[in-house]
Amino acid sequence: MGNVSPVQRIPLRHPPSDIRHFGATLALLLVLAFGKTASAAEAKPVAEDPALEERVTAVATELRCLVCQNQTLADSHAPLAIDLRNQIRERMRAGATERDIVDFMVARYGDFVLYRPPLKATTVLLWAGPLLLMAIGLGALYYRLSRRREPQPQDLSDAERERAATLLDVGSDRKPR
Amino acid sequence: MNRFVLPLGIFALLVVLLGVGLSLNPREVPSPLIGKAAPPFELPRLHEPGKSFSPADMKGKVWVFNVWASWCAACRDEHPVLAEFARSGLVPLYGLNYKDKREDAIEWLKRFGNPYQASIVDTEGRVGIDYGVYGVPETYVIDKQGVIRYKRIGPVTPQILKEKMIPLITELKRDG
Repeated sequence: MGNVSPVQRIPLRHPPSDIRHFGATLALLLVLAFGKTASAAEAKPVAEDPALEERVTAVATELRCLVCQNQTLADSHAPLAIDLRNQIRERMRAGATERDIVDFMVARYGDFVLYRPPLKATTVLLWAGPLLLMAIGLGALYYRLSRRREPQPQDLSDAERERAATLLDVGSDRKPR
Repeated sequence: MNRFVLPLGIFALLVVLLGVGLSLNPREVPSPLIGKAAPPFELPRLHEPGKSFSPADMKGKVWVFNVWASWCAACRDEHPVLAEFARSGLVPLYGLNYKDKREDAIEWLKRFGNPYQASIVDTEGRVGIDYGVYGVPETYVIDKQGVIRYKRIGPVTPQILKEKMIPLITELKRDG
């Protein structure tokens, strides 16, 4: 019959596709396994001392890259950022603290490198600005609200009063009891 | 009418503030090194690698220190200005050849002319970091006591030379 041959063909086709599937899985596993060792080998010089690296990254995250000014020193790939990260790493390996690193950077590039600028006479507006704006906003809001009056009911003329009464009567008639 | 005064006032204030903001250059970070001693170093010279240079050698002289590199396009724009300044012979001009290849640097000077008394080789950019360099070219005016008195980030223009650097240098030369 017409539909016998496809049924026969199915078991014939199945094993090769299974083998192919297995092959693909094996290849994927191999790639994953070798891929991992390859990238680990590449990252080795940086990850030599993970604790140190963590400290370097932590302090670099607090510092602005002077070349790409909206990036931190930790994120930036600018050559200067790489040099500076190397300097930080070197100094920390020699025993420098986070404080020392920040002082080192500020001495060269000024407070601008700090993502959290210190509170100084020149930065007061920067720190107090948002609070000041909020105070002004709240003040304006209070002023407006305190001036707003309850709407006064206007006196109705006799004709209006009569109309209102009729309307109210009609309304009460319609209400279900 | 009165209710337009406040929003208009705020708008005008914003326009002024934003206008000022637009005219500022965020690349020009005020250097904390102004008024501080020029960081010491001891590095070989570009043309005479056997001979070293240190800012201490310049004690008692006002001098100009220019950071340059052969890979730096803006340095080429700046070059004629510096050449003219060097020709005037007002004060010595030294270069810091920043993160460059020696051959490239020498070739660059041969091609465009060498305005420097000497260039100092900072291959790794360490002295650059000590001087707070983050964009080449940068230029420093250093006084007789070895204190940095002026820093220019970006190329020196004829205007800056005429209005800022030369008056300052003349004054520094006159004073003790």
